[in-house]
Amino acid sequence: MNKIVSKENFSENVVKLEVEAPLIAKSRKAGHFVIVRVGEKGERIPLTIAASDTQKGTITLVVQKIGVSSTKLCNLNVGDEITDVVGPLGKATHIENFGTVVCAGGGVGVAPMLPIVEALKKAGNRVITVLAARNKSLVILEDQMRKFSDEVIIMTDDGSSGKKGLVTNGIEEVINREKVDLCVTIGPAIMMKFVALLTKKYEIPTVASLNTIMVDGTGMCGACRVTVGGKTKFVCVDGPEFDAHQVDFDQMLMRLGAYKQEEQADMYKVSKQ
Amino acid sequence: MAEDRNVAWREDLRKGLSNKERTAIQRVKMNELEPAYRARVREEVNQGLTKEQALVEAKRCLDCPNPTCMTGCPVSINIPGFIKNIERGEILEAAKVLKETSALPAVCGRVCPQEKQCESQCFYKLKLKKDAVGIGYLERFAADYERESGMISVPEIKEKNGKKIAVVGSGPAGLSFAGDMAKMGYSVTVFEALHEIGGVLKYGIPEFRLPNKVVDVEIENLRKMGVTFIKDCIVGKTISIKDLEEDGFKGVFVASGAGLPRFMNISGENLIGVMSSNEYLTRVNLMDAANPESDTPINKGHNVAVIGGGNTAMDSVRTALRLGADRAMIVYRRSEEEMPARLEEVKHAKEEGVEFMTLHNPIEYIGDEKGRVVKMRLQKMQLGEPDASGRRSPIEIPGAIEEIDVDEVIVSIGVSPNPLIPSSVEGLQVSPKGTIVVNEGMQSSIPMLFAGGDIVRGGATVILAMGDGRAAAAAMDKYLK
Repeated sequence: MNKIVSKENFSENVVKLEVEAPLIAKSRKAGHFVIVRVGEKGERIPLTIAASDTQKGTITLVVQKIGVSSTKLCNLNVGDEITDVVGPLGKATHIENFGTVVCAGGGVGVAPMLPIVEALKKAGNRVITVLAARNKSLVILEDQMRKFSDEVIIMTDDGSSGKKGLVTNGIEEVINREKVDLCVTIGPAIMMKFVALLTKKYEIPTVASLNTIMVDGTGMCGACRVTVGGKTKFVCVDGPEFDAHQVDFDQMLMRLGAYKQEEQADMYKVSKQ
Repeated sequence: MAEDRNVAWREDLRKGLSNKERTAIQRVKMNELEPAYRARVREEVNQGLTKEQALVEAKRCLDCPNPTCMTGCPVSINIPGFIKNIERGEILEAAKVLKETSALPAVCGRVCPQEKQCESQCFYKLKLKKDAVGIGYLERFAADYERESGMISVPEIKEKNGKKIAVVGSGPAGLSFAGDMAKMGYSVTVFEALHEIGGVLKYGIPEFRLPNKVVDVEIENLRKMGVTFIKDCIVGKTISIKDLEEDGFKGVFVASGAGLPRFMNISGENLIGVMSSNEYLTRVNLMDAANPESDTPINKGHNVAVIGGGNTAMDSVRTALRLGADRAMIVYRRSEEEMPARLEEVKHAKEEGVEFMTLHNPIEYIGDEKGRVVKMRLQKMQLGEPDASGRRSPIEIPGAIEEIDVDEVIVSIGVSPNPLIPSSVEGLQVSPKGTIVVNEGMQSSIPMLFAGGDIVRGGATVILAMGDGRAAAAAMDKYLK
């Protein structure tokens, strides 16, 4: 059991949870994820680690209410226990001094991008961070990102914060003014697809961190499989990060919808919680 | 052993009934639920023997001076020893004999392929050309009787020797190893990656073949023997082998099991509705996804095809029936004779209405506009010459292709070893297939690290994994002395 030691509401649907998990806090690196389960009938869901504190023995997760399981997790409060937290899973982000790196995050994908931005900066990169959200209230972790970024560009759909436009507009602005050596993107699959299309046009190597459906998270079930460069890969053990230009995002988007109907039918369970 | 056989009560038993009378008794039939009923429920299919049936079946055993049956058992159970105890009505004593060498008798009595092991070496089978003694049935009977009696015996534990041992994985290999080491006085801690203890016994083998409560009792017994279980902890990720060493563990037994499920790499295999048997069974067994109370979703197929001919394929196809499938098919590229599944599983599947499409091989899956599988294309096969495995290899019949409507496909063609440990331990010798290389004492290239089960074999049975656990325990004990 893993106790929640702090909780912050980023917006109505997005919360930040700091969770006791001393062993994971110690062993995790940027890019790793955990599998979390809420309740004895709970589902196993993957969440990428946003931060950790080895002194306090905690990890930080940022969760968006989407389905039953994520909503149940978001509804937990300080002092509550998460039934299971296991990890760190997946391969850590490959960090080196690439030169100039654009980190493009959208939605809750911004959270797991934070440790990557930090690690890249510490490795000597010039880091330009592009944060995208629908509106001002949904922009998260802006201050923390500024700490480790040479520049932060905010993009909102309605222009209520930063510039009006999509994440791709922000990235293209950077590409047009300076040489970019690498792009890292984390966010909704559809966003990463368009980031990949854009950077492919400019032939900028791009890494995407994928968040697919998983069950065990240790390579056993294959629920998370994606096609990368024509080959089937398991996100949990081969990823979660892949060459974005090789990922079949259309297939990934399709597979993410595998249980959509069931999930909607199950939402009644949240009110019972 | 010989002494054991010469005890007075056993001599009396042998004198009490002639071999002619014994061999005249017909082999008992397992009590089973009716196929039409059981195919729609999760209740255990085999109901076990009654005490009366077991006492009669035990009489069939001739208490051979040279019990060949024992040579067929990977954990060398004292077979006549336990059966004769049943015959004289000392069932709890019989259970004790089983537990001398097997940490999980109630499990083995249910899932071992006895017809290929002990029963294949039974005197009845070898010399009399008759049906073997129902060794598996009797094993299950004794273990169930003990459990239901509420008088479960805890094996004798030697004085604690103060040495800490770690086990990676709580499946059959790990549990069997843990039991033996605890008996020898070691302090054993088992680390499990999942949120439940039991490995494949929990996530893989379905309730209708091996009820979870049976597994839980055996695990509880290990707890009583002093074994500690830690779940949600992945050795190689959460903690390293080095951490364990620094923490004072003197030996590590890696029994992390089978990992990556294999796929065929054919077109349409990533469509929605196509999944591995590991995923399907894990959702249903471990996550209880078919229960409306469970948060884990599952798509219940109407026309379900299971690709493969092993026990896992049989478990999957019979699970599909229980989840309400109208049509449940086994698609296998060889003929029924080459099927690796236990005879009993094939028989049960057929009785329950599973269709067997042998000599068929999928070549493509076709999806609808939403990416859901709706059809599979099958290549018809014929048998050619025997291949490296000794089985006749399937050859395509040119142009013989069939299309069948399906809305769920379970791929059950085997697994590759779990890569987590091999990839996280420096200097560990691993085969090209990804299995850990060990010597005859199950010791790896790193002396304090032993391994067994599917991480060494690539994919085998519960009992072979348990045999590895026993062999590793004996060898590690020697190494640590």
